[in-house]
Amino acid sequence: MKVVTLPGSVEERTFEGVVREAALQPDTRLLVDARHVRWVDPYGMLGLLALGTAAARTGERPALRLPENHEVLSYLDRMRFFQHAEPLFELHGGAGRPHAEQGHSDVLLEVTPIRSHDDVHGMVDRVNERGLTILTRQLQYPAREAFQFSVILSEVCQNIIEHAEADGWVATQTYTWTKRLGRKVVVIAVMDMGIGFRRSLAGAAPGQDTAGWDDAAALEAAFMHGRTRFHDPGRGQGIQQIRRQVGRWGGRVSIRSGTARIADVPDWDDAVRQERGLPFLPGAQIGIVLPARVPLEDGSGATEGGAHGRSPARAAS
Amino acid sequence: MRQEGAPVPFSFDMSALVRRQVASLYSHLVTRPTGRALRMGIESQIGELGSACLSVLDFSQVVVLDYSCADETVAKLLQRFVGPEKPLPVFFVARGLCEQHREPIESVLERHHLALVGETSTGACELLGDVTALERAAWDRVERRGVATPAEVAGDLEVPTAAAEEALRALGERRLLVRREEPETFVSLGALLSAG
Repeated sequence: MKVVTLPGSVEERTFEGVVREAALQPDTRLLVDARHVRWVDPYGMLGLLALGTAAARTGERPALRLPENHEVLSYLDRMRFFQHAEPLFELHGGAGRPHAEQGHSDVLLEVTPIRSHDDVHGMVDRVNERGLTILTRQLQYPAREAFQFSVILSEVCQNIIEHAEADGWVATQTYTWTKRLGRKVVVIAVMDMGIGFRRSLAGAAPGQDTAGWDDAAALEAAFMHGRTRFHDPGRGQGIQQIRRQVGRWGGRVSIRSGTARIADVPDWDDAVRQERGLPFLPGAQIGIVLPARVPLEDGSGATEGGAHGRSPARAAS
Repeated sequence: MRQEGAPVPFSFDMSALVRRQVASLYSHLVTRPTGRALRMGIESQIGELGSACLSVLDFSQVVVLDYSCADETVAKLLQRFVGPEKPLPVFFVARGLCEQHREPIESVLERHHLALVGETSTGACELLGDVTALERAAWDRVERRGVATPAEVAGDLEVPTAAAEEALRALGERRLLVRREEPETFVSLGALLSAG
C-alpha cells in the first residue's frame, strides 16, 4: 500500500506535490491520509476525487483517512464532497462527521457532477440563484459582469462534455485572501478524468497536424490558439473567451492535462506559466481564481484563518 | 405603412422560444444543444412563412447567453440565411440586447466575419460584427435617413458615388439593409421596424 500524507492546505499550489507523492502504480493500493488537513478549497476537493478515480483505475479501491479538524469535515460536508468521495474511496476516520445539511447558504456551488448538457443548465441555474448576490455584494462585481461568471462556468463545463469523453465535476467558492492578495476571491475548479487535451486533439479534423504532440504542445495549441478537434470554426472559442474574461477581471486561469500545465498568471501571483514533465494524471484539471473588484478594507468583516491566512468568506447574510 | 413586397416583420422571443423548443424549463441560453434547438425552431417558423421577412430575435427576457449558444443560434442562423445559399430573403434584427448579450454575440459575429443589426433599449439601431469602416459609415447614414440612394450617402460621407454604391450593395447582400431597384435605394431595417 502506498501512503500519501496530505499537506495542511490542499489546493492548486500544493496539489502537484500530492500527485507526485502518489506516483500511481499498477496494482498498488493508495491510502490518502488527510488527518492533518486544515484547509481545502474546490481545487483540492476535486483534485482528491480525480486522484481517487485515477488510483481506482490502476489498482484496488483507494482509501481516504478523513481530516481530524471538525471545521474541515463540516466544510467538506457542506460542499457535498463526501457524496462524491464515498463511491471512490474507502473512507476512514472522521469521527463525529456531520451529515448532509440542506440549504448551504455559504456555498457558491457545491461539488457538482457534469455528465451532460442538462447538468450545465442546472449548474447555471443554481449559480444564478445564489451567486449573483455573492458576486455583486461581496466581490463588488457590477451585475452585468456577474452574469459573465455563469458564462465562464457554462463554457468550462461544456469542455468536459464536448471533449473529455468522461464525466467530471465543478465546484466553486468565495474566500478571503488576506495575506496574498488583500481581497476576496472566487475559486473555481473544474476537472474530468477523460482523454485529456492531447488525445482530444489527436482526433482533430483532417489537415490539423497533431502528430508527435506531447501534452504541453496540445495544451498550448488549445489554450493559446483555440485549436480543437472539431472542424467548425466556431469551436474552440470557449477557452479563449474564458481567458479574455478572467484576464479582464485580473484573475488566473490554469489548465493541467496529462503531464503539463499552462496558465495565464496575473501580476499578483507567482505561479509558473507553463510546465511539462509533471506526473501523469488523466483528463484535465482547470483552476480559475477571480479577485474582488476592490481591496479589503479594515473592518470589512474579512476573517483571518486557515492555511496561508485564507478562510471561507461568509457568503450570504 | 409597409410597401408592397417589403419584408414581413416577424418576432421571436428567444426566452419563450427556448422553453418551447427545448421542451424544458431552461431559463438561460447556454450550451450548444440549446442553441441548435432554438435555431431549428426559428428556421422552421421562417420556413413556414415562406416569404421575405424581417425576423426580430428578442433577447430582452434572456438573462444568460453563453458563447456556444450564441454560436449555434445567431452565427449559424446568419450563415444559413445571409450566406451564399440564402434560401429566403430574411433580415435579422437582435432586440433587447444588454451588455451580457452583446459580448458573446459580437464575439461569434467577429469569429465568423458576420454582422447583425441590433436594436438598443432606446429603440435605435446599431451595427454589430465585422464590416469595413466605409460600410459602417454608409450603414449609419442610411439608418439616419431611413431610405437613401448611393448618391445621397456618397454626399453625406464625401466619398465617390461608386465607393458608396459598392459599400451599400455589400450591406444589402449581407441583409443589413434592404436594397430596392429602379431607382436603386437602400432602406434601413430600423425604418422597417418603425413602419411595423
